[in-house]
Amino acid sequence: MAFSSEREKLNLRKRHARARGFAFLCALVTWSSVLILGILLFQVCIDGFGWLDWEFINSFPSRFPDRAGIKSALVGTMWLISLVAAISIPVGVSTALYLEEFAAKGRLSKLIEVNIANLAGVPSIVYGILGLAVFVRYFALGRSLISGALTMSLLILPIIIIASREAIRTVPMSIRYAALSLGATRWQTTWAHVLPASFPGIMTGVILSLSRAIGETAPIIMIGALTFVAFLPAGPMDSFTVLSIQIYNWVARPQPEFHDLAAAGIIVLLAVLLLMNATAIYIRSKTERRLK
Amino acid sequence: MSMTESRTTANQGKNAVPAVLDIRDVSVLYSGKAAVKNVSCKILKNRITAIIGPSGCGKSTLLRSLNRMNDFVDGVTIEGEILFTDQNLYSSDVDPVEVRRRIGMVFQKPNPFPKSIYNNISWGPGINGYNGSMDELVERSLTQAALWEEVKDRLHESALNLSGGQQQRLCIARALAMEPQVLLMDEPCSALDPISTAHIEDLMFELKSRYTIVIVTHNMQQAARISDFTAFMEMGNLIEFGETDQIFTRPNIKRTEEYVTGRFG
Ligand SMILES: Nc1ncnc2c1ncn2[C@@H]1O[C@H](COP(=O)(O)OP(=O)(O)OP(=O)(O)O)[C@@H](O)[C@H]1O
Ligand SMILES: [Mg+2]
Repeated sequence: MAFSSEREKLNLRKRHARARGFAFLCALVTWSSVLILGILLFQVCIDGFGWLDWEFINSFPSRFPDRAGIKSALVGTMWLISLVAAISIPVGVSTALYLEEFAAKGRLSKLIEVNIANLAGVPSIVYGILGLAVFVRYFALGRSLISGALTMSLLILPIIIIASREAIRTVPMSIRYAALSLGATRWQTTWAHVLPASFPGIMTGVILSLSRAIGETAPIIMIGALTFVAFLPAGPMDSFTVLSIQIYNWVARPQPEFHDLAAAGIIVLLAVLLLMNATAIYIRSKTERRLK
Repeated sequence: MSMTESRTTANQGKNAVPAVLDIRDVSVLYSGKAAVKNVSCKILKNRITAIIGPSGCGKSTLLRSLNRMNDFVDGVTIEGEILFTDQNLYSSDVDPVEVRRRIGMVFQKPNPFPKSIYNNISWGPGINGYNGSMDELVERSLTQAALWEEVKDRLHESALNLSGGQQQRLCIARALAMEPQVLLMDEPCSALDPISTAHIEDLMFELKSRYTIVIVTHNMQQAARISDFTAFMEMGNLIEFGETDQIFTRPNIKRTEEYVTGRFG
């Protein structure tokens, strides 16, 4: 081309080459992690699919692999997640709203912010120890669903708070000013405008952290969920087990049949996670459309 | 109520027109730094008052202090008093929510709620306990803002689908739906094309009979065209305040003349 010199052309070629190289590197990293994940899933499916049927889902655990199922663990997980959601969502979202919309922005709020971020990094076993000491022993709630749910809520609260604050912060100040200039109180502004506008973002954070709670094993073992449960919990004070513990328990057995059962359990766990994420995406897209 | 004598009748106009807002020796400080310094002037009823001046001179700050929107800025302090029908807006027994309910505001950038056109209008009156017919109020406000004809068939569509100029008129309608005594406008046309701007200027003429308007503008022609009174500010000081005619044709102060004639610097 006439409008650029040889030197400029060479320089441009180099820049394009560098861009291509970088894109290639990113693709490589992405696809290798997808590949590893795919291999893992493939292995799990090969091992587990044969065992996966209604009987597996609808049976209690057993010493005999062909009679063993995950009914109690699945129901336990449902219970636990519902309780965790019921506790952590109101507490987490209220905290985020308070910190963002009402609390004076000063040193104290900065300190709280840093602390919450740190709490998100504390190993989950530490929450288990805390839960055991506080909920199981001190409040004498025992090795119950409610102890587990409270412990798990503590574990995911920092994540919910951080994600919700981020979502709340993306709501433009101009919306708040619009509401306030119409003679709205802070609370009316928050409830009618800030919360709905940040709802999709908050939902994402909530679902991600609930997914994390479903997969967590260590704190639940710590507070002493049972590993062999041949009944369904009927209320929050009952003892329980969850999918991740059941899987862990089966993997730890010597018989190879139980390892395949574990694989089948993993498939069920993944299905539950998938269902939750799909729900989140559905709610998000619905509310986002309403906002637009 | 402070019992000051008949100071509500100002001598700025040829005829005695009551002042709606009496700004008395007001200073606004951001973390101790003064952005508005000892400003005093009166905003007369059913008149349009324009505030002009170079960027950063404190126009928006002064405007926001008139309906206590400055309260939301961290580290702000306000000195002096602003009398609104004889009541100091900043006295401790005044609820700022009530102030904002009476003194409406239109912002520089159109900021409709991400809701339907109808709900944009109805929300403010709704939370303030309006109990007349909401449909009528919505129609009336949109008509006053010269938007009704354009949106009457799509009231339940999102306000974000409107053009910038329509959004700004929606924001004006939203403020009018509260039936405020004063309407504060901070560069309401700066994001608009000339046609939308003309629309809004016409609108302000119409609204004058019922409302008192204070407008901040960077547009000298606009100030000259629409306002009855003009305040010229520079570096937080009110340099000159008077009838628009006088400010633009025979200002008393040299700086004002330099500014309005464009020989500023
Ligand atoms: N929230 C704030 N915190 C601290 N300082 C501020 C804040 N808002 C404005 N200021 C300062 O106060 C002064 C006046 O600002 P203001 O926004 O009132 O100017 P303006 O006349 O409206 O300018 P423009 O024409 O550019 O809108 C400026 O020096 C600005 O930096
Ligand atoms: Mg401004």
